Order: sequence, then structure tokens, then C-alpha cells
Amino acid sequence: MTDQTITTTSSNNASKDKTTMTGASILWECLEREGVRVVFGYPGGAILPAYDALKHSKIHHVLVRHEQGATHMADGYARASGEVGVAIATSGPGATNMVTGIATAMLDSSPIVCITGQVGSKLIGSDAFQETDITGVTLPITKHNYLVTHASEVARTIREAFYVAKSGRPGPVLVDITKDAQQGTWEFDWEAAKPQLPGYRPDLSPAPAEYARALELIHNSKRPVILAGHGIMISGAMREVRDFAERAGIPVALTLLGLGAFPASHPLNLGMMGMHGEAWVNHMIQEADLLLAFGMRFDDRVTGNLKNYAPNAKKIHIEIDPAEINKNVKVDVPLVGDLKEVLLALMPRVESIDRSEWLDHIDKLKGDSAVRDIQNLPDSGHLYAAHVINDLWRQTRDGNAIVVTDVGQHQMWEAQYYKHEHPRSLITSGGLGTMGFALPAAIGAKVACPEAEVWVIVGDGGFQMTMCELATLVQENLKVHIAIINNGFLGMVRQWQEFFYDRNYAATPLLNPDFVKLAEAYGIRSMTVSERSEVVPAVRSARQYEGPVLINFKVEQEDTVYPMVAAGAALHDMIRRPSPIVETAEDE
Amino acid sequence: MLNTFMVYVENKPGVLTRVASLFRRRAFNIDSLTVGRTEKPEVSRMTITVDADRDQARRIEANLYKLVNVLLVENITNQPAIIRDLAMIRVAATHEARSHVLELANVFRARVVDVAPESLTLEITGAEEKIDGLLELLRPYGVLEMVRTGIVAMRRGSKSAASTRTENTMDDAPDGVAYSV
Ligand SMILES: Cc1cc2nc3c(=O)[nH]c(=O)nc-3n(C[C@H](O)[C@H](O)[C@H](O)COP(=O)(O)OP(=O)(O)OC[C@H]3O[C@@H](n4cnc5c(N)ncnc54)[C@H](O)[C@@H]3O)c2cc1C
Ligand SMILES: Cc1ncc(C[n+]2csc(CCOP(=O)(O)OP(=O)(O)O)c2C)c(N)n1
Ligand SMILES: [Mg+2]
Repeated sequence: MTDQTITTTSSNNASKDKTTMTGASILWECLEREGVRVVFGYPGGAILPAYDALKHSKIHHVLVRHEQGATHMADGYARASGEVGVAIATSGPGATNMVTGIATAMLDSSPIVCITGQVGSKLIGSDAFQETDITGVTLPITKHNYLVTHASEVARTIREAFYVAKSGRPGPVLVDITKDAQQGTWEFDWEAAKPQLPGYRPDLSPAPAEYARALELIHNSKRPVILAGHGIMISGAMREVRDFAERAGIPVALTLLGLGAFPASHPLNLGMMGMHGEAWVNHMIQEADLLLAFGMRFDDRVTGNLKNYAPNAKKIHIEIDPAEINKNVKVDVPLVGDLKEVLLALMPRVESIDRSEWLDHIDKLKGDSAVRDIQNLPDSGHLYAAHVINDLWRQTRDGNAIVVTDVGQHQMWEAQYYKHEHPRSLITSGGLGTMGFALPAAIGAKVACPEAEVWVIVGDGGFQMTMCELATLVQENLKVHIAIINNGFLGMVRQWQEFFYDRNYAATPLLNPDFVKLAEAYGIRSMTVSERSEVVPAVRSARQYEGPVLINFKVEQEDTVYPMVAAGAALHDMIRRPSPIVETAEDE
Repeated sequence: MLNTFMVYVENKPGVLTRVASLFRRRAFNIDSLTVGRTEKPEVSRMTITVDADRDQARRIEANLYKLVNVLLVENITNQPAIIRDLAMIRVAATHEARSHVLELANVFRARVVDVAPESLTLEITGAEEKIDGLLELLRPYGVLEMVRTGIVAMRRGSKSAASTRTENTMDDAPDGVAYSV
């Protein structure tokens, strides 16, 4: 959404200023003025006045099949566009169905606004039909939430909700509006409804002395690594991070949610860090003498055991949320503020330093990993998920593909084998790890970016959690491609059982429906692929087809994501894919 | 170590729940929490004591600021401050004990607020240690019932940080706030 849309909308609406309107109409009017073009929702009694007023609005409503889907769609919309996504539902069960999606957005700092209907204000507290205290329920999983009980409060609350959702560290905001607040009337006055948030301070910046301390650490460092996170995308600091890395000659490791923030093909790009990160990346981090954390929060999947995390490294943390400082990892210099602004302030004083020795060291570490890479092993005739994803990447590199992944092994293989060049080209649930996220989030992403090629990469387990949204896909006529990585298992859990529970595969084998027939029932073109040679033709034909296509990739069932840092282990202590070279030596 | 925070919040429904929920969610252990009105009708004030080390205390402060309705947080643990707790103590006071109890009350400047044939009820205000001290001495006579408010605190001197901060709206907020830890 461009600024232009917003200005045009506002001027068109200028005549409507100070007219008496119902709370429901004020709601849509405010959403339009906030730049909203699309909302994702599902109706019910307590939100019916709002739905009734929708007919006067230019906003397009996408009817979902489950309110969880609406929240993931709003989330996917937000992550693809950087704008606030909006989901709407009724009270009680409609609202509680949103909980998983709200928690997902909260953990990944995604700006969404959820609007729920509530029983009439006189009935609150009486256990009325479909009454749930949703502001109470979502208190710990929203950035902020509101209960609106009067039409006069609608405009200001919506304005505040959008402002809070997208400013500072973004996050979900829920606005619960009672039925009588929707039905009641009030004089609508946009100007007078300015946000009043006296305590809200999203605009911190570092104390000047901290810059000097940071520069000193940077200039004295021989083995620095940049840890690039999701905050780069949120801040829009891709260019600044690149300039900084190039000028200072510092290699860049990425978090899962940071992938795309720094081009995969850039010579300074190391790849993903953490539990399933590349081995050389984790070794570099452990050997580093300085870590520069850019908009990342040292998640436990990133650090491994904190006791021996990067033991010799000083740490600089550039982070907008002061509560993240020293939360998991003690840092030497915190620079609290917006990443882009902090880097711009830092840049002119950064000296370029020759660190070729350190950079050469990477190549040595990489060599060992290359021989273990499944891409370089002899073809066994089996179809591996890594092959599928690598081929998919090669096929879609020409386009500006957005890949939306679910949670599990396929998610990790995507992170390893799909090389993201552009920001916001990977959308995935990192912090909450919500299975069922991919399909609805992809719908949201496609609605936000209709020109983009959108691929869902999803496990056979997670797909079945939200596959009802296939109907939404068809109804909205969206060309979204779905690649099911069908391994017949809840693969990631099976892997844990393989490593840590004596291969006791309790409750992880899946009895699956015929995904091709299922897709056909929705009128979606579909095919099954079980040979490596069929992957590329299938992907090609899907890309050429005008509608959505579902490809059921029947892959190796008991495959493993390597490397892996076991929970509680040190970051350098990785379970590796056996090296063919080492194996031969042992055989003799 | 016990940290004492003064927290200024918007006087709106649900704010106490938000603060309490934050402490529970982040597993910070509240020792005492009081809340009440201030000189400004739109502002309420909490005094919270928490067992936390320096680092935790900083994180508590940062997390409190993440609550949209929180206006100002001050950790006054190592600052000159007036800190008061109020207790009502019903102590068994039969004929012989009565004069001893009254004597103790006098020494501690506690007031007698209720007299019954078998008991006396004292009201005492003061620092927590002072109240603890009186309690210790009353215990042998038999403390029948006791209730304390938890502490309220105020900085010493004329400084009132809240006045500047709570009047800001989005429009006149400064461009940036310097932050360092
Ligand atoms: C099965 C599974 C396996 C996983 N394995 C891995 C793994 O191997 N490696 C890995 O990296 N992750 C992994 N994850 C993901 C992991 O759990 C976290 O979600 C991820 O590491 C978080 O990345 P982040 O810190 O960059 O992003 P976020 O969690 O989104 O944090 C972003 C940070 O940036 C800050 N920020 C926001 N805006 C700004 C701004 N304008 N300026 C400055 N700062 C800002 C925020 O305050 C926040 O602290 C896995 C997840 C799953 C489900
Ligand atoms: C809603 C939810 N329930 C349970 C889990 C735990 N979990 C993590 S990965 C996984 C298995 C996913 O299986 P599948 O979707 O088939 O993907 P695969 O790992 O096989 O690629 C499970 C059950 C989760 N992340 N989310
Ligand atoms: Mg599976």
C-alpha cells in the first residue's frame, strides 16, 4: 500500500468529517483511512453490525474457513508487505480461534490488528451467549489490546491500534468491540480522534557515548561476525547492513527470520546460524572475538547452551526493544534504537579494515561441510526433500518468488537449500513454530503482493491443520502454488525420537488422505511427484498454469535434518551428516 | 535483593491486571504491590517491591515500559525515599498483659484503634522494619490477626519526575529518548 492510496482516501473522505455515524461505519471508515484495502474474517452474531456496514466500504473482505486462518493471513499480509494486516471475527469461539495466530504474530513481531465482536456492554460479565473475556485471554500475547464499549471510542481506538501495531517493535493489537458500540451512533471526527498514548515510547535512541564504545570494539576486532535478524527487514535497513558489512569487511550470519535481509549470493554471506544452521557458521560464531547483533533476539534456537556461547566474543546489540538487552546473552555495548538510524549514525566513523585472514578461514570450514552435503552425494535413486527444494529454488530464481513455509523438517531444508536474495521473500513462523501457518499466510502474502510468485512449502502433517483454507484460495482465485513435502511422518518429531528416544516412533507416522484427490475436490490442479527427474517438469508446469497447483512430493520417509545442535548442547557441538570420506576411512 | 519501583500508570480499567500479568509471565516474583490515586485524576501510582538482582531489575523496568499504559518507572532502591507500610494488629491483651502492650504501642507510636475485653487492635505506620520490630515484640502476647497494606514510597526532596512525563502526548513527545544501560 502506497502513501498515495492513503492520501487519496483521506481527501475523498474529507466531506464525511464530523457526520453522525454508527460505530460500525466509523470502524470501516477508520480502517480505510489507515490504508486498509483487505480484511480477512468470519462473521457471527456479535460482529454482525460491522458486517452489515461493510457494504458501504471499499474494503474487500476475504471470507476464511477458520478464524485461525484469518490471523495467519493477516500475518502473511503484514510480513510480505510491511503494512498492518487485519483480521476480524465474532465473539466467543470466533475470538478464541484467533489465539494461535495472535501468539504467532507476537513472537515474530508481526504487525496485525484483530477486531472481534463482543456481547453488549450491559451483558459483559454475565456469561452471556458467546461471551469470552478475549482481552483477558490475549493479554499476554498481544502488544496491546482494547475493549471498546461505546461508539465514541471506536475511532481513537482504531487509530491507536494501528499506531501501536506498526511502530517500535511491531506486534499484534486486538480491539474487542461490543455489539452496542457498533450499533450506537456518534459524531465521527477523524482529527479529534488522534492517538493519546502518553506512556508509549517507540522512539528510543542510543546515548552518544555508546557509539564510541561500539566503534572501539569494531576497530579492535580481528574475528567479527554480524548476526543479522528479522529486525533488519522491520527497520528497512537492508542497504545499511550491506554498506556496513562491506565497509568493515565483516561476514554476515543470518537467523531463520533474517534470511533474505542480506543477499544469499553476497560474498560476505555466511548462511543461517543456530540449531539447524550451517556448521561453519556456528563454528565462526564460537570462534569470533566480536558479535554484532542486528535486530535479532538471541533465541535459544540460535545460541545453543548459553554457558559456552561465543565465549571469547564481545557483543554489540543493536535492538529497538530495551527489554531484549541482556535477556539471554550479556552484551558489552547495547545500542537501543531503530537499526537503520543507528547504522547510519555509526557508518561515517567505521574504518575499513583488512580481515582477509578471518574471511579465508571460512572457506576452510566450508570445505568439510560441502563433502557432507546431500547435494554432493551420489544419486541413490531416492527423492530427498533437499533435492525438491533446491530444484524449486533453481526454477524460481528468475522471479521474485515469496516462499511461505510451515513448521518441521521441510522448513529447515527450505532455510538451507532455498537461497533467498530479497527481503520478505521467506515467510515462516519462527518463534512460536506454528504448524498450519503456511497455507493461510501464503494467501495473505499473495493478497498483499498479487504480482509475486508465491510458493507454499508445507509438511504433510501441518498441511492438514489448515487445509480448509484451500477453499479460500479458490474462492479468491489466487495463484498460489503448494508443495507438500510428504514424508508420511511428523518428520521433525520423528527425528527427535530417532536421536533422543530410541527410535520409538510414538504417534508420528501419518495416515494421509490422497492429496491429489483432495485438491481436485476443491478444483485445484494437482499431481504427485516421486522421482527426482519429475521435480523440474512439475514445477515448470505449475508455474505456467494460470491457477493454483498442488504438488504432492513423496519424499524419503526417514530423512534427517543436519546439522543439529541438540537442545542444551553448545553451538559448536553439532550432530553432523556422516562424511563419506570419514566413513570410508573407518571401513578400512 | 529487594528492589522498589514507583510506577506511574494511566488510570484506566485493566491496567493493574496488565502489570500483574507481566510479573507472572516473566516469572518475576512480586513481594508487594500497592496501587492508588495521585494528585492527577488520570494517573495512578503503584509501588512494587520485587526480589531481583541488578540485571533483572533493569529488565523489569524495560518490560514495564513495554506496557502501553505505563507512564513512568523509577527504581528507587538506592535513592533517598520515604517508604511506609501500614499494619493493623489485633493482639491478645488480657488484664495483666494490657499495660505491657500499651507500653509497646507507645514506644512504637502505634495507635490503639479498637479495644475489646480480650484484645487490643493497634494501627502502625512506618518503614517495614519498624513494623516487623513491633510484631516481634507482640508475638509472645499472641497476635490474633494482622493485615498490612504493603509499602508506598515517595522520593525525598522536591523532585517529581512524573509531572513532566505524564503530560506528554504523541505530538509533543521529544524526537528521541536516549537510552543506555
Ligand atoms: C523447527 C524450528 C527450528 C528452528 N531453528 C532455527 C535455527 O536453526 N536457526 C535460527 O536462526 N532460527 C531457528 N528457528 C527460529 C527461532 O526460533 C527464532 O524464531 C529466530 O531465531 C528469531 O529470529 P530473529 O531474532 O532474527 O527474529 P525475531 O524473533 O523476529 O526478533 C527480531 C528482533 O529485532 C528487533 N527489532 C524489531 N524492529 C527493529 C528495528 N527497527 N531496529 C532494531 N531492532 C528491531 C525486535 O525487537 C526483536 O528483538 C527455528 C524455528 C523452528 C520452528
Ligand atoms: C500446532 C503445532 N503442534 C505441534 C507442533 C510440534 N511439531 C513441530 S514439527 C512437527 C512435525 C511436523 O510434521 P510435518 O508437518 O509433516 O512436517 P515435517 O517435519 O515432516 O517436514 C510437530 C508435530 C507444532 N510445532 N505446532
Ligand atoms: Mg511430514
